[in-house]
Amino acid sequence: MNATLPALETQHLNKQFGGLVATRDVSFTLLRGARHALIGPNGAGKTTFVNQLSGVLQPSSGSIALYGQDITRLRPDLRVRAGLARTFQINQLFRDLTPRETLGIAVAQRLGSGGRLWRSFARDPAIAAESAALLAEFRLDDVADTRTASLAYGKQRLLEIALAIAARPKVLLLDEPAAGVPEDERHEILGVVKALPADVAILLIEHDMDLVFAFADRISVLVEGALLVEGTPAEIAADARVKAVYLGSSDHG
Amino acid sequence: MQTTPFAIPSKAAGAGRTFALEALFWAAAVAAIFLAPRRLLLLNEIAILGLFALSLDLVLGYAGIVSLGHAAFFGLGAYSAGLLLLHVTTNPLWALFAAALSGGVLGFATSFLVLRGTDLTRLMVTLGVSLLLGEAANKLHDLTGGADGLQGITAAPVFGLFRFDLAGHTAYVLSLAMLFACVLVARRITASPFGMTLRTIRDNPLRAAAIGVPVTRRLVAVYTIAALFAGLAGGLLAVTTQFVSLDVFDFARSADVMLVLILGGTGYLYGGLLGAVAFKVLQDVISTLTPQYWRFWIGLLLVALMIAGRDRLGAVFKRVPRAGGPS
Repeated sequence: MNATLPALETQHLNKQFGGLVATRDVSFTLLRGARHALIGPNGAGKTTFVNQLSGVLQPSSGSIALYGQDITRLRPDLRVRAGLARTFQINQLFRDLTPRETLGIAVAQRLGSGGRLWRSFARDPAIAAESAALLAEFRLDDVADTRTASLAYGKQRLLEIALAIAARPKVLLLDEPAAGVPEDERHEILGVVKALPADVAILLIEHDMDLVFAFADRISVLVEGALLVEGTPAEIAADARVKAVYLGSSDHG
Repeated sequence: MQTTPFAIPSKAAGAGRTFALEALFWAAAVAAIFLAPRRLLLLNEIAILGLFALSLDLVLGYAGIVSLGHAAFFGLGAYSAGLLLLHVTTNPLWALFAAALSGGVLGFATSFLVLRGTDLTRLMVTLGVSLLLGEAANKLHDLTGGADGLQGITAAPVFGLFRFDLAGHTAYVLSLAMLFACVLVARRITASPFGMTLRTIRDNPLRAAAIGVPVTRRLVAVYTIAALFAGLAGGLLAVTTQFVSLDVFDFARSADVMLVLILGGTGYLYGGLLGAVAFKVLQDVISTLTPQYWRFWIGLLLVALMIAGRDRLGAVFKRVPRAGGPS
């Protein structure tokens, strides 16, 4: 494959739920190592778009390619193996497991030992070492052996991101990583997001404009399922149509 | 820092304690041979029920699949063992092998029916499969003896040495040995990376797939292994009682094993075993006192357990095969 292929590319992606068009002819390109944000008012179809990228939903038509490889019909777990990971707007964690176990499982799965029946999970040094490193990186070491369900919300958000990173993705989709996190803890999320490896292409879906402008070097605006405009943060901030969408509609929180 | 082992000290101490409790359990099970020589037939039933419940625990406690038709595998195993003893060989170990194999094959084939859908769908599909098999066994009179059951089964002595005696000595030792072997296997499997990925599926299948766990393949695998155990349990019943009748497929059997597992607690392997002990001993005691009210008392106990929360019989055993446990 040649080196100029984009990390992730959709062509004419459409998704309909009955009569509702949630994604409307979206052709979108995420470049290698990108720091790209996807914004738009509530109900614009951002999460539906991410769900199609990650395989939770099947598009009605159109295609998705990861480094030139068509993944439109690929199962979600195989997309992860191909290098595409995501986080969820609402925590999707394993309540009864600890962060150490949670990350360990993701590491084991990536190392190809997730299917091993006859080997001890707890005593695998490769799994232990890598989960310990992730715990430290995401400031989770002090709660590493606490049941996930009883972690503070901010810690759960961090684990949400750490779990996606454990898959060592080439493309990472962050679906509102700061959603619901109190103001004084947001900097921790932002710090972690900013420190993510530079070679990972990141698509950030976010409502918090401070976070978007602090993070992104490119922004796309999604309105009613369709891409309205794409540009640098400065261009987007100056765009009259974007202003109209955000200032003119009252449903934006 | 980089090589921090999974078992932190406090956990290692906890693991040592659970190991001691496990040893105590098996010591008691062996001691029972000598301490209760007249209750060996009951003990044999307990061991078989315990194995059956262990099988359900793998499916329900670890993978989160509810089943109201687990007797399908048990029943098929019992008939496979019985038929093999009748028509092919009287070697009990071959019969057990056939029982486990047939259970596993049926488990693999029907696993694809329980992959998707809600708990209700799964309950009904598993129930339906066991009803189908029960009715098939009834109709195939020439093969199964229909309502009369499989009669005239004889099992040769185990290893040509240990005759199946009326007191149930050989029966209990054989069942206990099989149970022990299956617990060892289950323990190893549930503490493996495979076992850990099952827990992610149980807790959140959406996220499990999003970290790369092939959910379908995992569920097929664990369902097959569990069905193999259940088939073996059915085979043990056929071999040790030398009789098989339609009640091996009974709905009540599927319901009882669920009850036994809930009684003992799910997700730590010993729940089914302790539940089986409690269930059978209670049944024995209560039926002696008031034969007709046994179901009443067990019903009351079940309601009390569910309402009072999940503080169960085996809380002390909790978390045996967790990460950090001995393996």
